[in-house]
Amino acid sequence: MRRTVAALLRKELLIELRSWQSVPGMSLFALTTFVVFHFALNRSSVDGDLAAGILWVTLLFAAILGVNRLFVADAEEGGFDGFLLAPVDRGALLLAKALALLLYLVLLELVAVPAFALLLLGPTLAGTLPSLVGVLALGDLGVAVIGTLVAALAVRTRARDLLGPLLALPLFVPIVIAGARASSPLLAPRGGDPAARWLATLGLYDLLFGLIAYALFDFLLED
Amino acid sequence: MPAVQLEGLARRYGEREALGGVSLSLQAGQSLVVFGPNGAGKSTLLRVLATLLRPHAGSVRVLGKPLPEEAWAVRGRVGLLAHEPLLYRDLTARENLRFHARLHGVALERVERLLELVRLERRCREPLRTLSRGMVQRVAVARAVLHEPELLLLDEPRANLDPAASELVDPLIGAAAQRTRVITSHDPARGLAEADMVLGLRAGRPALLRAAGDVSVAEIAQLYR
Repeated sequence: MRRTVAALLRKELLIELRSWQSVPGMSLFALTTFVVFHFALNRSSVDGDLAAGILWVTLLFAAILGVNRLFVADAEEGGFDGFLLAPVDRGALLLAKALALLLYLVLLELVAVPAFALLLLGPTLAGTLPSLVGVLALGDLGVAVIGTLVAALAVRTRARDLLGPLLALPLFVPIVIAGARASSPLLAPRGGDPAARWLATLGLYDLLFGLIAYALFDFLLED
Repeated sequence: MPAVQLEGLARRYGEREALGGVSLSLQAGQSLVVFGPNGAGKSTLLRVLATLLRPHAGSVRVLGKPLPEEAWAVRGRVGLLAHEPLLYRDLTARENLRFHARLHGVALERVERLLELVRLERRCREPLRTLSRGMVQRVAVARAVLHEPELLLLDEPRANLDPAASELVDPLIGAAAQRTRVITSHDPARGLAEADMVLGLRAGRPALLRAAGDVSVAEIAQLYR
């Protein structure tokens, strides 16, 4: 299983390195959205709940671009069938795709969070950055697992570009709520600790969808 | 034990029956050539045998295993050369073959050997999207035989290949490969030369099933009228 996941992940990253279709698009989308918020809100800086909401909603919509592209290369020339013909555990594909998406999200945040701090955020992130990274990581896990599940479901339909976001958005809502609530104190003027209740909610949601994805994924790949 | 045994195989796409009432038995080492006009169900038959599609009725045994119940035991023992190359356009020929070698647990040396055999060793570092269709087909042939499958499923295998390239892949997918083969073809003369048994399909139903020696080119041509 580990060797299969490594082979699949290597292939994913090679394709992204050659085509640059996911990460640059996601990052550019996030940057543009921050600029739009900057002018639409007509405020030079935001903090607390508003800042957390803007950050999480922007990251979520940017993530959807990545989710939509996740299986495109596999669907285009039948690479998906090539995988299905191999005598390997199909759960490896879930794991590899989720890891690839997780990496894209981390790369997105490496661009988006500093840009957010520069363009919109009032309070400094100096003391709260490690906690914010932790909250974002928990959110990313959930987005990666749910995004992979939804992308696998959508890719075999003709309306995959529409179906992916339509299915993903409602499932991402709890992540946005919990993520924004947990990170709101971190983005407040005086800083603070992330709310433990919302961190636990994020963790449980990740675990729940991790189990659902593992149970369903094989079935989704079947004809 | 037959390599392929079908009894009343049927497969639908929604309401439309793509394949129905197909029964046959193919012994190991034999070649079955399937003729029929576009939409007759040839590719569907190959995809069912490759475990990519579930049969909706009838019984299917491939390499002694019932499908879809034991599909997991068949995967890795069949090689499918489909209309689509089952490769990634942004990866090079070598990267594509190495990826499949890793999935099938095949030594990477075999990739180099196959690249030589299909004469792509000099273009193997270029992304597939920069290669001609014939070259991509040669990579697809290499992918299909990479893991030395017992059963080869070949969907118009010489499409996009010029005569020289066709000759090049012959040791891999031709009679010389000495494997059980199910081949779809629109070329009666060449198909008959390769076949031990002939299946003619019309609108998903078998219209002809006989030993190749008992079938004439004219009978095959009749399927297309």
